[in-house]
Amino acid sequence: MLYREAGDFKTSYAADSQTFPLRLDRWGYWIILAVAVFVVPLVINDYWVNAIFLPFLIYAIAALGLNILTGYCGQVSLGTGGFMAVGAYSCYKLMTSFPDINIAIHVVLSGFITAAVGMLFGLPSLRIKGFYLAVATLAAQFFLTWLFNRVPWFYNYSASGQITAPERTLAGFRITGPETQAWATYLFCLAFLIASAWICRNLTRGAMGRRWMAIRDMDIAAEIIGVNPLRAKLSAFGVSSFFVGIAGALFFAVYLGAVEANEAFGINKSFLVLFMVIIGGLGSIFGSFAGAAFLVLLPVALKVLGSDLLGMPTDLVAHLNLVIVGALIMFFLIVEPHGLAQMWRLTKEKLRLWPFPH
Amino acid sequence: MKKSLTTMALGLTLAAGPALADLTIPDLSYRTGPYAASGIPYSDGYQDYFTLINERDGGVGGERLNLIECETGYNTEKGVECYEATKGQGALLYQPLSTGITYQLIPKASADGIPIHTLGYGRTSAKNGKVFEWVFNYPANYWDGASVAVKHILDENDGDISDKTIALLYHNSAFGKEPIRTLEELSEKHGFTFTQLPIEPPGQEQKSQWLQIRRDQPDYVILYGWGVMNPVAIQEAANVRYPMDQMIGIWWAGSENDVAPAGARADGYKALAMHAVNADFPIYDDLQTYVVDKGLTAGAGDQLGSVLYNRGLYSAVLAVEAIRKAQELAGTSDITPAQMRDGMEALEMTEERMTELGLPGFGPSFKVTCENHGGDGLGAISQWDHERGTFELITDYMQSDTEVLDPLIEEDSLAYAEENNIDLRCQ
Repeated sequence: MLYREAGDFKTSYAADSQTFPLRLDRWGYWIILAVAVFVVPLVINDYWVNAIFLPFLIYAIAALGLNILTGYCGQVSLGTGGFMAVGAYSCYKLMTSFPDINIAIHVVLSGFITAAVGMLFGLPSLRIKGFYLAVATLAAQFFLTWLFNRVPWFYNYSASGQITAPERTLAGFRITGPETQAWATYLFCLAFLIASAWICRNLTRGAMGRRWMAIRDMDIAAEIIGVNPLRAKLSAFGVSSFFVGIAGALFFAVYLGAVEANEAFGINKSFLVLFMVIIGGLGSIFGSFAGAAFLVLLPVALKVLGSDLLGMPTDLVAHLNLVIVGALIMFFLIVEPHGLAQMWRLTKEKLRLWPFPH
Repeated sequence: MKKSLTTMALGLTLAAGPALADLTIPDLSYRTGPYAASGIPYSDGYQDYFTLINERDGGVGGERLNLIECETGYNTEKGVECYEATKGQGALLYQPLSTGITYQLIPKASADGIPIHTLGYGRTSAKNGKVFEWVFNYPANYWDGASVAVKHILDENDGDISDKTIALLYHNSAFGKEPIRTLEELSEKHGFTFTQLPIEPPGQEQKSQWLQIRRDQPDYVILYGWGVMNPVAIQEAANVRYPMDQMIGIWWAGSENDVAPAGARADGYKALAMHAVNADFPIYDDLQTYVVDKGLTAGAGDQLGSVLYNRGLYSAVLAVEAIRKAQELAGTSDITPAQMRDGMEALEMTEERMTELGLPGFGPSFKVTCENHGGDGLGAISQWDHERGTFELITDYMQSDTEVLDPLIEEDSLAYAEENNIDLRCQ
């Protein structure tokens, strides 16, 4: 009743294959986009941008990237943290080597560098699968963070081994450095997220995405019907790492401003992004957003509720946080193994019939 | 989900609001995670002193101190969140107790105009007040620590250590890497061989490094560790029978929690100290009366008198003294962060003042100036006595090698100034 297709006629192939076939969905999409672009920047402040929006936007890009590899192409990766580190350190080297070039270009270039590194570490996927591939990507994770800690060239020989983002601007507005405006950094990351999601959506429903899914569903069958596994797998590693690299570059340059390879891009980060993808929904663009929102917002919400509203001791809240997030993850995986995206899909199905189910 | 959260938190910020006419001090503590054993006593000491001032004196200059605790788990992302959540509530001073978070906050707090005090940690070159207007690291820093440790080794060997080997076993992070430059310079000056052994954070796994130590038998091991890394290092040292009195920890690797797991085998372990390491001070009577007996302790109340509790206490003492100074300079009791900074820059701690505070001989005297935000850099050596269950100071406070350190600090801070286009102050 609320959510129905009746009267929503499609008269062309393009209309039939659009991302949001229902009119209500399209409206919702455009409204959310308009609010995100035009309303949020007007009301946002430092706390909101640094505690909630930037981590959400950046993790959503990372989750999109990993979702391409794991969700669409079926290759498990535990190297996300390491690839984010590649993005961050390439962005740092580019920012300090070419200070006059636009920061947006540096971020995109870091994505390409990470794509190259990702394809290199994707080579073993041609021979090994499943758990064994996960272990190979785990090696990438440890090797990359070790490398960035070990070779002083990557951190410009600074005494502390930290990399610090210098101030860079885009069209006269500061994007990195300490004196940024909340709305500028927000819009910068939002633009990258919108572009990434748009590219991902269109890649995954095109020929390339179909090849990835064929490999995921059964690689031998895919090979027999003419999918080249070398190209399909490596392109998945490349595209995935590209987005993960962009997320890493934004994470370092815009969000934190100073990072250490071990601390910011450790194995925990790989797991966090993997959990986002699993909880959100494997093989779903919406799932990447939902998973990132869930794992970024829930700890903050629990903290606000526990220590600010209820006045509980901070350590108790931190421990409860682990318990509750852990329990919720288990709950979701038992109740809906396909993640939040599937729950949303089922809700929509039900809403179509509501209030007169069969 | 996002919308309901937004409205909820908006309502919250409105309800909480800035507590007017209070002196707000956030405590970015960590009572969870692999660094909790070090974070809990520090935070307890820090908060208990503010509670004492509120209960006994009714605050500073008539203004009560309002403490906001925020759990970081030693994680920089959470540290940033805590900073953003508390800075709008009129925060006067940040003491994050984490070098990683300090590096995050230096540019942010400088832009927002809120002072940071990193007592014995953080960015060493922040000592140069000409560059770092908002950052203070008195009374001593990491490089002072490394230099005092080498000085102690020199004293033990009658001034000649050219045939000795000193190994640095360090937390592979900004914190642990800090002393490397200094030790390299000192090795050139004194002729000792310097080797580096990094340990991946958090540091539960140190087998291979200790195998290497057993094989190479360096004459001294300097330990720059924190949290869970310290007890593991001391236990491993005991396992490979490395002599404890040839190990010297930085002041962050010299607390009871670090030596306790190794039991009697840790007897004789040495660590640097920048203040007293026991509870023999009149102020503890006041703490007992006004805080412990009233049940107002920040934690479980079981940390009183431990080394890190004393450090938290010392940080709070210096903060309160700076507030007093700031109130005196500004002529008002309700000071702003900028006035707080002026107070910190004019801070002078004398033996007389420490005695008045009930802390005679607790820490060295020092004076902060516009050029020098780092105090004098005095450090002493303490040694663990297993029988008595305490650390004891075994040397007097020693001056670090300023001849070596000053040029290094100048170089590093000027490089930072150039990178960030900072005009030098105090000219």
